[in-house]
Amino acid sequence: MTATPATGAADGTPDLTAQFYALDEHDHPDGGSTLLGFWIYLMSDCLIFAILFATFGVLGSSYAAGPGPKDVFELPLVAMNTAMLLCSSMTYGFAMIGMQRGKVREVQAWLLLTALFGAAFLSIEMYEFTHLIGEGATPQRSAFLSSFFTLVGTHGLHVTMGLVWLFTLVVQLGVHGLTEANKRRLLCLSLFWHFLDVIWIGVFTFVYLLGTLR
Amino acid sequence: MAISDQPWSPLLGRLTLDALPLHEPVVVGTFIVVALGGLALLAVLTYFRVWGYLWREWFTSVDHKKIGVMYMVLGLVMFLRGFSDAIMMRLQQAVAFNGNDGPFPAHHYDQVFTAHGVIMIFFVAMPFITGLMNFVVPLQIGARDVSFPFLNNFSFWMTASGAVLVMASLFVGEFAMTGWLAYPPLSGLAYSPGVGVDYYIWSLQIAGVGTTLSGINLIATIIKMRAPGMTMMRMPIFTWTSLCTNVLIVASFPVLTAVLSLLSLDRYVGTDFFTNELGGNAMMYVNLIWIWGHPEVYILILPIFGVYSEVTSTFSAKRLFGYTSMVYATVVITILSYIVWLHHFFTMGSGASVNSFFGITTMIISIPTGAKMFNWLFTMYHGRIRFELPMMWTLAFMLTFVIGGMTGVMLAVPPADFVLHNSLFLVAHFHNVIIGGVLFGVFAAINFWWPKAFGFKLDRFWGLVSFWCWIPGFWLAFTPLYVMGLMGVTRRMRVFDDASLQPFFIVAACGAALIAVGILAMLIQIGVSILRRESLRDESGDPWGGRTLEWATSSPPPEYNFAFTPIVHDLDAWDEMKRNAVPRPATGFRPIHMPRNTPAGLFLAGISLVFGFAMIWHIWWMAIGGLIALFVTAIGHTFIYDRSYHITAEAVAATEDKRARQLALIEGSAV
Repeated sequence: MTATPATGAADGTPDLTAQFYALDEHDHPDGGSTLLGFWIYLMSDCLIFAILFATFGVLGSSYAAGPGPKDVFELPLVAMNTAMLLCSSMTYGFAMIGMQRGKVREVQAWLLLTALFGAAFLSIEMYEFTHLIGEGATPQRSAFLSSFFTLVGTHGLHVTMGLVWLFTLVVQLGVHGLTEANKRRLLCLSLFWHFLDVIWIGVFTFVYLLGTLR
Repeated sequence: MAISDQPWSPLLGRLTLDALPLHEPVVVGTFIVVALGGLALLAVLTYFRVWGYLWREWFTSVDHKKIGVMYMVLGLVMFLRGFSDAIMMRLQQAVAFNGNDGPFPAHHYDQVFTAHGVIMIFFVAMPFITGLMNFVVPLQIGARDVSFPFLNNFSFWMTASGAVLVMASLFVGEFAMTGWLAYPPLSGLAYSPGVGVDYYIWSLQIAGVGTTLSGINLIATIIKMRAPGMTMMRMPIFTWTSLCTNVLIVASFPVLTAVLSLLSLDRYVGTDFFTNELGGNAMMYVNLIWIWGHPEVYILILPIFGVYSEVTSTFSAKRLFGYTSMVYATVVITILSYIVWLHHFFTMGSGASVNSFFGITTMIISIPTGAKMFNWLFTMYHGRIRFELPMMWTLAFMLTFVIGGMTGVMLAVPPADFVLHNSLFLVAHFHNVIIGGVLFGVFAAINFWWPKAFGFKLDRFWGLVSFWCWIPGFWLAFTPLYVMGLMGVTRRMRVFDDASLQPFFIVAACGAALIAVGILAMLIQIGVSILRRESLRDESGDPWGGRTLEWATSSPPPEYNFAFTPIVHDLDAWDEMKRNAVPRPATGFRPIHMPRNTPAGLFLAGISLVFGFAMIWHIWWMAIGGLIALFVTAIGHTFIYDRSYHITAEAVAATEDKRARQLALIEGSAV
C-alpha cells in the first residue's frame, strides 16, 4: 500500500499497520465536497419550485370571477424578459471562460454585464407586477393570482439573491483574485444562475404560454 | 396589514402587556419555576466561571462530536417540556367527566396538545436523530469532521432558535390551537387571528433551515469523506440508514418550507391559497404537508433502525444477518415513503381508486420493515447475546414495534380507516411506533454511545429502573387508547359526556405516571453516572466489543478522531482490525488540518430568532433590521477565507502516546 517506513508496534509488523492505516496521508484540500453540496442544495431549492408549480397547477384556473391569464399576461413583455435572462446566462458563460483563462478583470466585467441583464429582468418583472396590481389583478384577488405572483415572485427573489451574491463575488475577486476558493464560488454561482434560467423556462412555458392558451 | 382590527403600535407591533398570560395560573406557576431555575443555572454557571469554557469549547465549536452532544442536550430539555404537556393531557382527560371541566380551559388545552405534537416531532425526535447522526457518522466512516463544519454549527443553532421560539410562546402570547399540522382553514387568519399560528410557522421555518442544511451536510459527508476502501456496500448499517434519512430530509423539508410559506402569505399578505373564498383550496395544504409529513416519519425511524442493527450485531457478537437485504430494505422504504402520504386522509374523499392505490402502497411498505425484523431475529439466533441496556431497549422495541406496525397495517385499509380516522386508535398507533420505535432506539443509542462520547458507561441499575418503568408504563398508557379508539372515541377531546370511559383514561394516566418515573430514573441514571464516572470509566475506547470504526479510537475521541485514517477492507472494519491484531501506528505522525471554531453560526441564528419574533408580533422595524443584519453578517462571514488551522505533529504525537500508554496499561492489567 505505502512505502512509508511505518514502525508499528514493537513486534515489528509494519506491513499490517500500513495495510490498515493511511500512513502517508496528505491534507485534503478545502472544499472537496462543495460542488456536490451545492448541487444537493439546488435540488432542494428545485423542490420548492416544484411545489409552487404544483400549486399553480391546482389553483391556476381558480379565477374567482376575476381576471384570467388572457386578461393579464402580455406575451411580448414576457418574451423580452426571457431574452434578458437568457442573455445573462450567456454572459455568465463568458465570465467562466475568462476564469479558465485566468483573467480577473475579464471575469469581473462579464459578471457586471450579467448583473445588468439580471437587473433589467427584475425591472421588467417589477413593471409587470405594478401594472397588474394597478389594474386590480392583485395577489389577493384570486387563488390563480396568488399562485401566479408567488411562483414568479419567488423566482424573482432568487434572482435578487443571485445579484447580491454576484456583487459580493466581484468585490471578493478584486480583493483576492482568482484563488481556488473564489473559483469554487464562481462555479457555484454559475450553477445557481443557470438553474434560475432553467426554472424560468418552466415558468415561461407553463405559466405564460400555456396560460394564454387556456 | 391584514389584521386591522387588532391594536398595533409602530414600536411594539401587536405586543402588549395582555400578551403575558397572567390569567392562567398554571402558566404563571410554570413561568416562576422556569425563571427561578434559569436564574439558578445562570448563577451556577457564573459562579464556576464556565461561560468562557462553554463559549470556546461548545457554542462556537465546529467539532461534529460536540455539536452532536449539543443536539442531544437540546432534545432532552425539549423532551421534558413535551412530556409535561403529555402529563397535562392525561390529567385533563382523566378527570373531565360528569360536568367536571378539568384543570385546563379550552384555550389552554388546545395549545397543549398542539405544542406536545410539534415539540415531540420537531424539537425532540429530530434533534435526537440529528445529534446521533452527527456524532456517530463521521466516526463510523473514519472521517475527521463533516463536509461543512461551519454549516453544521449554524444548523444546530437554527434548530435551537426554533426551540426557543416555541418556548417563548408559552410565556409571551400563545401557541397555535390547531393540532400539530395546523390545517387551514382553521389555521388561516379568519379562524386563528392571534399569534399562535405565527409562532408555529416561524419556529418551524427557522428550525427547518437548520434541518435541511444539516441533511445536505451529512449526505456530502457520507458520499465524499469515507475512509479509503469503504465502498458503499462496506458502509456500517447506521451510516447507510443515515444516508437514506438525509436524502429524505433534503427531498422533503423543502416541501414543508414551501407549504408553510404559502400559509404565511395567506396570513400576512392576504393571498387565497387555503382560504374558503376566492378559489382557495384547503385540501392542497393537507396534501402538501403530508408529502413532507410521511417521509418525516421515516426520517425519524430509519436511523433508529440503524441503531438497532448496530446494537443487535454488537451484543450478539455476530455479523449482522442479511446486511445486503437490510440495505435494500432501507432504500426501498426511502422510495416508498413518498407514495403513501394520502393514507393520512383517506376520508378526504379522493375516491375508491386513489384510496386503494395508497392503501396498497402503505401495506407494501410494511414488507421491507418486516424483512428488517427477521434480520434482527436471525442476527440474534445462535449469537452470544449479552443483555446490556442497549440490547434490552432493542428487544423491547422488537416486541412493541411489531404491534404498532400491525395496527398501522389495519389503518392502511381504507374502509377500516373510515372508522378509525382521527380516533384514539390512531393516537395509540403512532405513539406505539414513535415511542416504541424511535424513542426506545434513542435510549438504546444513548446507552450504547455514551461511553464513546464521555469515556464512561452509564449506570446499569438506574438504567434498569428506567427500563422497567418505561415498558409497562407505555403499555398501560396506550392500551386503553387502542380500546377506546376501537369504540369510536375521537382525539383532541377536552371533556367527555360518557362516564363509562373514565376508568380507561384513569388507567392511561397511571401509565403516564409510570413513564414519568421512568424519565426521572433516566435523569438520575445520568446524574449518578457522572458522579461515579471514575468507577464506570472505560479506558479501552471499546467497552462493548464494537465492530465499526468509532470504537477504534479513544473515548472520548481526540478532536481529529483518527491520527491516521483507517483503511477498510471489509464490513465491520474495526472487528477485522481486532481479529488481525493490527498494531496501532506509533510514529510518523503528521500535522492535521482542522476547521477553526467560529461564533458566526450562533450570531446568524440569534438574528434569525429576533427576526422571527418580530414577524410574529408584526414589529416591522425590527423584522427589517433583523433581515439587514442577517445579510450583513452572512456576507461578512464570506469574507473570511482562512477558516482552518493545523494541529502540529508534536501535539498529535503527545495525544497518541498518551493513548498508547493507556492501552498498554489495560493490556498489562488484563495479563
